Amino acid sequence: MKAHLLFQDRDVDPTPASDPLTDAVIQDLELDTLVAAMAGGDPRSHSQSSSGHDDFLAEVARTVLLDSLTDPAEIGYRQAVLRDCLDHPGLVRQLYDLALAGITAERGVYGGYLRHPGTILRHAIDLMQGYVVHLRQLRHLADEHTGRVTSPGFTELFATLARQLDDDYFHTVNQHLRRLRFERGVLISARLGPGSKGVDYTLRSPTSTHDSWRSRLGFGDRDSYNFAIAERDEAGARALSNLRDRGVDLAADALAGACDHIRDFFRMLRIEIGFYLGCVNLHDRLTGKGEPTCLPVAEPPHSDALSAFGLYDASLTLRVPAQVVGNDLDADGTSLLVVTGANQGGKSTLLRSIGQAQLMMQAGMFVPAQYWRARICTPVLTHYRREEDATMTRGKLDEELYRMSEIADRLRPGALMLCNESFASTNEREGSEIGRQVIHALTDAGVRVVLVTHLHDLAQSLYAQASSSTLFLRAQRRADGTRTFRIEPGQPLPTSYGRDLYADVFR
Amino acid sequence: MSQQSYRSILFVDPTQRPGAQAPAPDHFRDLNLDQVVAAVTAGRDEYDLNPFFHTPLRTLDAIAYRHEVFQDLAEPALVENVTAFARGMARTREGLSRAAKLFHAYQKKRWFLDSLRRYCDTVRGLAEGLTTVDLASRGLRGLRDYLAEYTASPAFLALQAETTDLRADLDAVRYCVFIRGHRVRVSHYHEEDDYGWRVAQTFARFRQGSARDHRTTFTDSLDVDHVEGMVLDLVARLHPTVFGALDAFCERYGGPGPGRPIAFAGDPVLATFDREVQFYLAYLEYLTPLRQAGLAFCHPEMSAISKQVAAEQTYDLALAAKLVTAGRPVVRNDFHLTGPERVMVVTGPNQGGKTTFARAFGQVHYLASIGVPVPGERARLFLSDRMYTHFEREEDLDNLTGKLQDDLVRIHAILAGATERSIIIMNEIFTSTTLADALWLAHKVMARIIRLDSLGICVTFLDELASFSEKTVSMVSTVAADDPATLTYRVVRRPADGVAYAIVLAQRYGLTYERLTKRVAR
Repeated sequence: MKAHLLFQDRDVDPTPASDPLTDAVIQDLELDTLVAAMAGGDPRSHSQSSSGHDDFLAEVARTVLLDSLTDPAEIGYRQAVLRDCLDHPGLVRQLYDLALAGITAERGVYGGYLRHPGTILRHAIDLMQGYVVHLRQLRHLADEHTGRVTSPGFTELFATLARQLDDDYFHTVNQHLRRLRFERGVLISARLGPGSKGVDYTLRSPTSTHDSWRSRLGFGDRDSYNFAIAERDEAGARALSNLRDRGVDLAADALAGACDHIRDFFRMLRIEIGFYLGCVNLHDRLTGKGEPTCLPVAEPPHSDALSAFGLYDASLTLRVPAQVVGNDLDADGTSLLVVTGANQGGKSTLLRSIGQAQLMMQAGMFVPAQYWRARICTPVLTHYRREEDATMTRGKLDEELYRMSEIADRLRPGALMLCNESFASTNEREGSEIGRQVIHALTDAGVRVVLVTHLHDLAQSLYAQASSSTLFLRAQRRADGTRTFRIEPGQPLPTSYGRDLYADVFR
Repeated sequence: MSQQSYRSILFVDPTQRPGAQAPAPDHFRDLNLDQVVAAVTAGRDEYDLNPFFHTPLRTLDAIAYRHEVFQDLAEPALVENVTAFARGMARTREGLSRAAKLFHAYQKKRWFLDSLRRYCDTVRGLAEGLTTVDLASRGLRGLRDYLAEYTASPAFLALQAETTDLRADLDAVRYCVFIRGHRVRVSHYHEEDDYGWRVAQTFARFRQGSARDHRTTFTDSLDVDHVEGMVLDLVARLHPTVFGALDAFCERYGGPGPGRPIAFAGDPVLATFDREVQFYLAYLEYLTPLRQAGLAFCHPEMSAISKQVAAEQTYDLALAAKLVTAGRPVVRNDFHLTGPERVMVVTGPNQGGKTTFARAFGQVHYLASIGVPVPGERARLFLSDRMYTHFEREEDLDNLTGKLQDDLVRIHAILAGATERSIIIMNEIFTSTTLADALWLAHKVMARIIRLDSLGICVTFLDELASFSEKTVSMVSTVAADDPATLTYRVVRRPADGVAYAIVLAQRYGLTYERLTKRVAR
């Protein structure tokens, strides 16, 4: 019995990706803000919103967000489930609460030291009785919503619950739970192993003949012999209980194993529905302040689609009261986007929004845009200019190139590389030369690159050699020096707008 | 060959077998052979192998007898076979001692039965294994013939057949125990339904990958407790024929019974083989990682007359074992003596491998004398009557007068005992006195050794000894040709020069001509 709400045919791997490059992506794209919103927290107030920040939801959101899908069909599967969730947010919350209740059922049952088969078995029986209650509730919830949901994910889950957890089944389970108390005795079979010790102990179902204590005489050998431990023989009683445990052990193992599996089922259900609960939370936040969202069009990795309408930085809008400026992209067929122009003119914001939309699409989520259509790109990696290495173990350029080399180990054709002021830790001539070599190598290898740069030498030379697969964008500035924060097609211009900034700061 | 002709895998003449108390030779510590033997015999205490490693052989034939066995054991299948035999014999012994210690009669008897069964399988396994490989050694061929006769004997065949049948019957015994409260019923097994499986089946639909194991680890003592004992008694009563046969078996073969100790010992010749063959296995096991690291071992050509000894690519075995463990390279050296040459005089930089070279010389000769493969690609060695070593004793360093006296006392003892068939190894003699004294004393001692015509090696800081006479050969520890600061630990046959020291020191401080001119010129 599997929830399978994230993948049609398999469980999700709940291990979060953890490595320096992934950490850099999280930091550079400000995914923590997104993740916090999915977890129900409100970063503006530093206090908890009504649903409260949930560390578990945050971890699930981060894990799934960073584990990109590569198949449009898998993305479609999640988008369908997500649509059901956005239509029935109450169902999502109830499923999540039920899964949580299932997982925590264990805490209400006294475990003892759990070293003897007898105590393990008693604990498992009590626990299973609790699980049965939650499983019944799950069945009822499924019955209630069957027919209202349309996605293959929910339809199949509810059908499975109806099939596997029918009333007959609950009856059989309850019967076992009664019999497993062994009130009428324990029957064990064995054979003689090395040293005449009993081995291969197997628990057997007693028949009525075992319970009759008359020793019967057969035609040949006797069929059975009896003995009893004296009332006051404590060592004998202990030895007898050890022998009994040999048989009980197998039932205890089976039942305790079943409890583990049910708990694991609830855990998996909580993870999977937790992701969608996160989506619902984020959706509420964005639509609550009037920002648009859309289910994106994911094109297969071999296509070259990239177009957007009203694409914005979701992390930015979550941190400011006003709505933020959206950008349009008409970049189908391009493998290199070079973004130049005014400082603080929205270049980094555009870069972030592209990265966010790409990862959210590949996680099966809606994206922060009115429209987004792009080819699937994996992996998505970032190379941003960093502060000086605090440990002083590397020089600045050395550090930068070291990171670039680490990234290069991970890149492969079809990846998306987001560069923000790369190669700027040395003088422009050297930085540009390194940049040209790197950028040309990456794009020729089939990596889509978005480059934000103020290295004019680099941008200009890329422009001079540009083909149709390169798109140049420029941060805009009005004649009075104020910024629109919109990025539009435009060739690199020789001067940056640092003096504006200077004027702004030194006024 | 009849059974009578085979007696020992280690001694062509079994009367040469050492007694239980064979102490290590005096030179063991100086040559670090104590380390080698400790490592070789580690984990094999029960076989008491030290006497074999402490006792040099007296004749070339006795050495050849072992060489032959080692050459046969180059076949891995044979080593595996003999190892399996040793394992089987050890477990047989353990089983018998367990049978003696246990309390319940049917436990004792079952252990006894299983031990005899293992004995049969073990002996049979060795006998069969020996027929599947080509054997050239007198020792193993003799053993093979001995085993062929032993395993075809009616007594052995009967034991084998009885253990097989009895075990099959016991293995077929199945029973049920029903426990309710304080009452227990032991009955025949009638294929009752497996209830644990049924429970597992009911809950199988929840399976989410592999389950944790909730089974309890029962502390299984070898003894039955008093309930298990009663159950066992009743199982025996349910199966009187099988257990009656077990009683009879034990009575016939000296097994446990009322008021009767176990009296089964197996074949004495095989018991001796079991112990002695460990000498070979232990040594070969010790060599394995060294061989894997690319170190060569060879069977030396031995002579009891010619002192024209030689070895190629030899090395200090104790040091090599440490270096290989640490993943570091092992330096190897050659030596040879021709014509009248008898004594190698080793000089050169400190820490340059001189002592190691002297040890290696002593080790190859000692190892050769116990008939085992020696370090090196090839070797021609001398079977001496005795080996003497004189190494510095650190405990006397604080009393220089005492030390010189001690040196002389010990050297005197060596020269009094040594003959023309002895090997003498001297390491850094007379360091505790003035140069003039040391030279004078060293000349005296060297003259005595030369007169004795003993074979030897002398490590010294006294370059003058290197050209003492036509009987001495000068050997020098060297530095790398391109970087004199690097010691190579290689010792080569070359006149002593003494310049090497100066070059090493100059290089280390950057004061050679080339370096100094460049440093001054910048």
